[in-house]
Amino acid sequence: MICLGIEGTAHSIGVGLVRDIKKSCQVLSNCIKTYQPEHGGIHPREAANHHAAYIADLIETSVKKANMDFAAIDLIAFSQGPGLGPCLRTAATAARALALSLDKPLIGVNHCVAHLEIGRGTVRGCTDPVLLYVSGANTQVIAFAEGKYRVFGETLDVGIGNCLDKFGRGVGLDFPCGPKIEELAKKGTCYLPLPYSIKGMDIAFSGLLTAAENILQRGEKLEDVCYSLQETTFAMLTEVTERAMAHTEKKEVLLGGGVASNKRLREMVQMMARDRGAAFFVPSKDLCVDNGAMIAWLGFLMYDSGLRMSIDESIINQRFRTDMVEVTWRG
Amino acid sequence: MVKKILYQGAEAEICLSTYMGRSVVKKRRISKAYRIKAIDAQLIASRTKEEAKLIAESRIHGVAVPLLYDVDLVGGVITMEYLAGDRVKDILNSLDESERKRICVKIGEGIARLHNHDIIHGDITTSNMIFLHDRIHFIDFGLGCKNIEIEAKGVDLHVLMEAFESTHSKYASCFRYVVEGYSKVYQGDASLVLKKIDEIVRRGRYR
Repeated sequence: MICLGIEGTAHSIGVGLVRDIKKSCQVLSNCIKTYQPEHGGIHPREAANHHAAYIADLIETSVKKANMDFAAIDLIAFSQGPGLGPCLRTAATAARALALSLDKPLIGVNHCVAHLEIGRGTVRGCTDPVLLYVSGANTQVIAFAEGKYRVFGETLDVGIGNCLDKFGRGVGLDFPCGPKIEELAKKGTCYLPLPYSIKGMDIAFSGLLTAAENILQRGEKLEDVCYSLQETTFAMLTEVTERAMAHTEKKEVLLGGGVASNKRLREMVQMMARDRGAAFFVPSKDLCVDNGAMIAWLGFLMYDSGLRMSIDESIINQRFRTDMVEVTWRG
Repeated sequence: MVKKILYQGAEAEICLSTYMGRSVVKKRRISKAYRIKAIDAQLIASRTKEEAKLIAESRIHGVAVPLLYDVDLVGGVITMEYLAGDRVKDILNSLDESERKRICVKIGEGIARLHNHDIIHGDITTSNMIFLHDRIHFIDFGLGCKNIEIEAKGVDLHVLMEAFESTHSKYASCFRYVVEGYSKVYQGDASLVLKKIDEIVRRGRYR
């Protein structure tokens, strides 16, 4: 079965085609276009306009890149939530139009679950992981338990990417700030203590962010503050992931989301996994960031398990939580 | 001395050992290679110290906790009584409803006793409670602190609510029973704490 997926929850619009081969995922194409604000963070309306401008071309390009014909597509999937309303609506509208014009079934999927399933689908050996999902808006520790993907730990305020962006914006860095902070942190030498805030398996970044801004104003070097910010937040993320692994007794950890590109975070999670005898997995970079292929793959899994969706049911849900999804495709 | 690892947690290993002729457990916090020395040493020392203080104080206020024998801040080791009971996580799902209710009410009463003295456990999950001699013993105070604020008490209960949702999802009434026990024993206005929990839930993402 060949499925086309459209992703549009935030700053990226993506179209990907996948095919299932013996229950694993073959990515045929995966095209992404990312909105870059002139200054500041993501403006939802501007992002949606960006998506509307590129979506039609992106669908064509993606089908062409897959060496496919529109007639070969069996299913259209799209990101139903969670995310920014205007962006979600743009992607959903494109998906509905495509499904109706090709007369193919339509299915809406949960973006966070898609991040986990693409790991299981494309990374060899990854079967039942604890996912550390780290992006701009999302910071969740997700694992399968009692028939659902459950959120064992999550941020109590902002996502890790958003925390890095807020700090970066204050010092004049361009969005997204994570990669720039990573570069600056490499030149940091002195650790400046920051609050370490863990509640059970949940984490909070806001107090730490204020503290980092304060020590910078006190005159500390930007490189040292970036280093301390990364070391503290990533240690917190790694710790809650390890707590979730101990709690659920799982032996695999999977990284996902845009912040998973950060080499220091990868290194820390990998070390944690090694020390507890667990396997560490991370999908290729284009499957870690927001992308259409992961949406297509989850769409296939859901459709294949017998789920069907009418146009009426395809309304978007900005607050579509991970644990709202009934997992029908896993025993 | 023979060292038998009872349990390997996320941050500590629990070993069965002896101390002055008694059978004890030693909880040793393990140094983590993934975090820098400055963070690692600080976390191990402060959590070991805080845990020992809170266990001692909880006991004074009539909350069932293990007896403390020794604390080693440098090595990050707490030596305490061995509780030969069951983890609540392991037994809760197999109990009948009335017994489950009785246990959950007891959990709520215990938390209220902690909160009456502004002791915040910090990681109240069913993995961190041991059922023995018909009492709920609280363990693992490593993320705990003293805090008088309703916010802290709300967050404390919210952690348990989430643990029930993820680990005992079939028994949705558990948390209600906990609240029942909590409201009975908490000396402040329990409704303020419960209102705070709602607020914390709504503050979360996508709520």
